[in-house]
Amino acid sequence: MQTAQAPSTPVIYQQRQPLIWVGRGFFILLGLVVAYILGTNLIKNPTLFAQIFISGLQLGFVYAMIALGYTMVYGIVKLINFAHGDVFMVGAFASYYAVAKYRLHQWPASAFPGINPTLSVLIGSITVILLSMLVCVILAITIERVAYKPLRDAPRISALITAIGVSFFLEFYGALNFVFSPRFIPYERPFEVVAWYIKNGIHLVMPGQQAPENSVTFSNIFLIIIGVSVLIQLFLQYLVRRTKIGIAMRACSYDRQAARLMGIDVDRVISFTFAVGAAFAGAGGVLYAIAYSLIWTQLGILPGLKAFVAAVLGGIGSIPGALVGALIMGQAEAMTMGYISTPMRDAVAFTILIIVLLLRPTGIFGEPEKEKA
Amino acid sequence: MELGFLLGSLVKIIAIIAYLYGLMWLLARPSIWIKIAGLVGAFGIVQLALTDINGFRLLNNFDSGLLFQASAMTMVALGLNLIYGFNGQFSLGQWGFYGIGAYAAADITYRWINGDARGLLVLGLGALIGTLTLLGINKWLQRFRGIPVLSSFTLYLIGALITGAAAVYLGNQLNPLLTPLLGSVAEPGPLNSPVAQQVIYFLAVILAGIFAAQISFLFGLPVLTLGSDYFGIATLGFTIVVNTLMINSDTILPFPEMKGGRGMIGIPKLTTWFSAFFFMMAVIIIMRNLVHSSTGRSIVAVREDEIAAKAMGIDVAGAKLMSFVVGSFFAGIGGAVYAHYIGFLSPGTFNFLAGFNPLIIVVFGGLGSMTGTIAASFGWIFFLEGMLRVLLSQMGTEAPTWRFVLYPITLLLLMLIRPQGLFGSIEWGFLKGPEFITAPRQQPEPAHKSAI
Repeated sequence: MQTAQAPSTPVIYQQRQPLIWVGRGFFILLGLVVAYILGTNLIKNPTLFAQIFISGLQLGFVYAMIALGYTMVYGIVKLINFAHGDVFMVGAFASYYAVAKYRLHQWPASAFPGINPTLSVLIGSITVILLSMLVCVILAITIERVAYKPLRDAPRISALITAIGVSFFLEFYGALNFVFSPRFIPYERPFEVVAWYIKNGIHLVMPGQQAPENSVTFSNIFLIIIGVSVLIQLFLQYLVRRTKIGIAMRACSYDRQAARLMGIDVDRVISFTFAVGAAFAGAGGVLYAIAYSLIWTQLGILPGLKAFVAAVLGGIGSIPGALVGALIMGQAEAMTMGYISTPMRDAVAFTILIIVLLLRPTGIFGEPEKEKA
Repeated sequence: MELGFLLGSLVKIIAIIAYLYGLMWLLARPSIWIKIAGLVGAFGIVQLALTDINGFRLLNNFDSGLLFQASAMTMVALGLNLIYGFNGQFSLGQWGFYGIGAYAAADITYRWINGDARGLLVLGLGALIGTLTLLGINKWLQRFRGIPVLSSFTLYLIGALITGAAAVYLGNQLNPLLTPLLGSVAEPGPLNSPVAQQVIYFLAVILAGIFAAQISFLFGLPVLTLGSDYFGIATLGFTIVVNTLMINSDTILPFPEMKGGRGMIGIPKLTTWFSAFFFMMAVIIIMRNLVHSSTGRSIVAVREDEIAAKAMGIDVAGAKLMSFVVGSFFAGIGGAVYAHYIGFLSPGTFNFLAGFNPLIIVVFGGLGSMTGTIAASFGWIFFLEGMLRVLLSQMGTEAPTWRFVLYPITLLLLMLIRPQGLFGSIEWGFLKGPEFITAPRQQPEPAHKSAI
């Protein structure tokens, strides 16, 4: 899908850009300041740096799961699906009900009493995640059918407003007492947290004990998040590159009209895209809730927005770009929380967006914009 | 009781819409005296309804509060309509500028009644020197062609930072001259008489608008070069960042009197119907005259087609920046009026979720329709508050949530049934533009006739 090389501009039209180094100098200075802060802190306390890096990695992989849905939907319908963050929230709540109310994570133990406890927890947790993904898929397809499909040919503004409306509806309808609740709800994990610390080798943190000073700890949640996120990435790569529906998705993202002329059922492809994105968001919601163990109905807004920023950062429409952008966002947020100040984490996320769009409007992995007639 | 209240609300909305229609009709008359009489009369009717005559008031405190809120909301929403409806830039940052205006004006008057003139001095000097500096840099940059936006942004930023520091320094130096005249809350000095306070309040509102406009200039310069969706997300980020700064205004920012997340209390309640009406009409008239000027036509041309507008010789970046800055100026004024009506500012008010309110008002009224925006602002405030009163008796504490469940549904239905908004592109009387108002020109006599 390489676009043709633009013919080189004749010399007389080439504009000399005066004062270009003023702007560049500003950003180089900014980069140097950031590098200085990070470098001095790395030298001062390497274990703290590594700890912050690990928490940033965890955050980044969760963002990656949400960002995939944004990047795929935006790639095909050119719509910022504001409701995506709320689908993520519904995923977290679905798993909360499955675990805390219906004890679904214990079904293997009750069905087969003699089963190995590790295996039982594993199967139970996977069931919970799959169930949340299913709920999110159904929700997303409903939203797409009810709200977005009638507006397929309307101006983009209408679709955007509708997306905002759907997002509001999910947040506030969820906040009603008989749906979820307006309160913050402590989340019950389907499995126990096991943590390790690295100090002269990897050791298990004994239950009820603290990790020793100057050591880097990580938990099984961290490993699970990375595992699931990488698995999803690989699956998506396979789906988009190797399967028929994936090829149809890429065709639609390239040119929807031409894809329709080629006999592709565009509506089905769009529904499928929404469903896939929602499934990943649901998995991300479960893992986010497991990691941070506190959920409420406006949980999805900021992670959703940051995941969108991550998708833009990596180049919207690009799947590896979403992962890379999300990892950068996670690190930026964790480093800000660690070294500057916790409240400024959101500010840094959006500053990064603005800087990246100014320096490279297509994002890191983005293809150059094709000329529109 | 609820039905009666709902009917009352409906009657009020209809009365207000009729009132606005009549005002716009009077303003559209060619004679200047009728226009002035219309303005004075429109002010007087509501003032009369708000006045206590022998223990009888047509509009109670609740209604007057709604009127002030609605006029503040009109200013914000008109600003957003200029940015989004007329210029096509999908902005979610209006609420941030609203908050900036509210906090800036509240800080000025709060400090003033507590015997500290620095708020007024710093913002006043900043508005004066800052605007001059920005204009000077602009003049200097015009000597070059094709400057990258990053470079010009850097230069403007450096200029703004230097003038800001200079304004703070000068304000601190000049403050001791004024302090003896201000007195304190217990013993107000000569400059703290009620009339002087009103003058300071008017100044504060305008300075807050200018401050919001300066910030929007610095922010808009790089951000307006992004595409429309990215611009929306970046401005949403701006609202979130402003809200974060408000929550931490006493720790990250050096403003202990704003009290961070606890909310700023003790703001003098100086908003009267006169000031609310004055600023609202000023915004409406400025906006209408701007939209129907050549600048306004270029702003609309940029919305229709950027490339064609550029080919016609329109300064596209300038038109976008113009609408963004003027829209933010309106938002700052609206915030200032709101702050002095409510007397208490909490960061929760300027939450980015509430930031969708002006957007929804503009969409309801119709993008690119000033009439729609004004009517929708009034209707929205009255309708939502009326709905809250009705729901409160039914739902109890869940009523505010129910309100926000119902209005996305209304929004979805509107998008499906009437995507151009309630008013489409209808404009009333005065807002239609001068070509509909002035009497038809006399056809000049054909030249050959007079020659014979």
